[in-house]
Amino acid sequence: MIKFENVSITFNTKKATVNAVRNVSFEVNKGDIFGIVGTSGAGKSTLLRTVNLLEKPCSGKVNVDGVDITVLDKQSLRKARQKIGMIFQHYNLIHTKAVYENVSLPMKISGKSTKEISKRVPDLLEIVGLSDKAHIYPGQLSGGQKQRVGIARALANESQLLLCDEPTSALDLETTKSILDLIHDINKKYGITVLLISHEMDVIKSICSRVAVMSEGEVVELNDVYSLFSNPQHEITKQLVRHSLNMKIPEGILGDIEGKLVRVFYRGTSALNPILSNAIRKYPVDMNILHGRIEYINNQPMGVLLVNINGENNDVVNLIHYLKENTATAEVIHD
Amino acid sequence: MIDQILNLMPELGKAFWETFQMVGISLSLALLLGVPIGLLLFITDKGLFWENKIFNTAGGVLVNTIRSIPFVILLVILLPVTQMIVKTTIGPLAASVSLSVAAVVFYARLAEASLREVDKGVIEAAAAMGASIPQIITQVLLVEALPGLIRGFTVTTISLIGYSAMAGIVGGGGVGDLAIRFGYYRYQMDVMVVTVAVLIVLVQIVQSIGDYTAQRADKA
Repeated sequence: MIKFENVSITFNTKKATVNAVRNVSFEVNKGDIFGIVGTSGAGKSTLLRTVNLLEKPCSGKVNVDGVDITVLDKQSLRKARQKIGMIFQHYNLIHTKAVYENVSLPMKISGKSTKEISKRVPDLLEIVGLSDKAHIYPGQLSGGQKQRVGIARALANESQLLLCDEPTSALDLETTKSILDLIHDINKKYGITVLLISHEMDVIKSICSRVAVMSEGEVVELNDVYSLFSNPQHEITKQLVRHSLNMKIPEGILGDIEGKLVRVFYRGTSALNPILSNAIRKYPVDMNILHGRIEYINNQPMGVLLVNINGENNDVVNLIHYLKENTATAEVIHD
Repeated sequence: MIDQILNLMPELGKAFWETFQMVGISLSLALLLGVPIGLLLFITDKGLFWENKIFNTAGGVLVNTIRSIPFVILLVILLPVTQMIVKTTIGPLAASVSLSVAAVVFYARLAEASLREVDKGVIEAAAAMGASIPQIITQVLLVEALPGLIRGFTVTTISLIGYSAMAGIVGGGGVGDLAIRFGYYRYQMDVMVVTVAVLIVLVQIVQSIGDYTAQRADKA
């Protein structure tokens, strides 16, 4: 559906040249919910904006549904944009127009008749659950409701592609979940391809199937979400995953710990095997679980445990070796 | 006192009509030309769709120059132009020429300011929908800026009522001129009080209508 080929974007400011996006190439499959994650300033928002050419790449191609969007003339670009829905962190609704007019705007722009509009808008409002809000102004809506209007508006022209620019970053946890569920439902029901950017791993984890990690303008890692979470390769990915799992032990307690502290990752079926109890049966050491968590990503289990190990040096080393062999990863994080 | 005020009535009526003429003509032109000029100043600015540094700077300087000339002086400078357009330099119609020039640039700046207030994100959203530039201007920019445009129009109207008082210099007449001629030059305190009171009421009414309309347009 989308194919980035060697896309680079450079901004020239008075002080310096900023390479916002560096030589990015990857593909987003039709029907996927694809996530781009990265810290702020990583270039993900800039990259997303190349898909409807709000941002023009300095070099490279962006193919959307088989058409290189970077070479289109103005007229064709406008036609192409009409088929690409976009939602924003701050919703970007027209404050002086009621919900109905906001949702119908893309249809007006693409030249649809009033009759077509009056037929489609109620359906769109039904999809996003705002049927009773048609004549309310955005100022009277909550953040979540505003984003629902944004989604209805993005779908108005029967777009096959939905671009989401930090769609939940201004929302609370509960509302975030409901908006992500809505995007997920729309993806499943209508087969709309979704390209979503977020700085929160949790957002990516809850709806994306594949994800690209960006750092300093480059895609440093790309994988399906489960593999990325359970087996992060790049330092930035590891950081993001660690942050998302939030497995921190307070400094005070860390200081009191004797022996080694090991972080053990389980993946897939290995999460179901009694590896820890096998290990202590094999090696005479003491083991204490300080923190633990099991996540289900795309219905696959993944476990993380922080284990404190005490005993004869040799036994401890052997046990850690055993853990490394039998789990996804086991790393000593504190001696 | 009452007698004097009654005697003043025909004079006051005429003055009202003159003020109405001058303010009406210059306001219409402010609306007709000020909004497009403000729009041009806005969209030729950096980062907007008709970005044009030369035009923007030149336009900005021109508007600022006219705005920095005190109105009394503008009135005199423009006498040749007035002569050319209305074939006379005396009367409310003649005064309307310089008033209009002042009003257009005044409102252009206020219009530009309210367009600048429009959330850039909303403009981006419209562009992402595939809107053309005229569509963005008519369906998004002007619509979103409407409350601000109305407020600016109110301010312009009130300023023009004030400016029109100076139109007496070229025989423009009007309520303000009446206050100056009868009240100030002839020491007719009562006349001055009445005309000023009338002006206060007029400005209050304009402000109230403006506020009400702007509030109606602003749904935020």
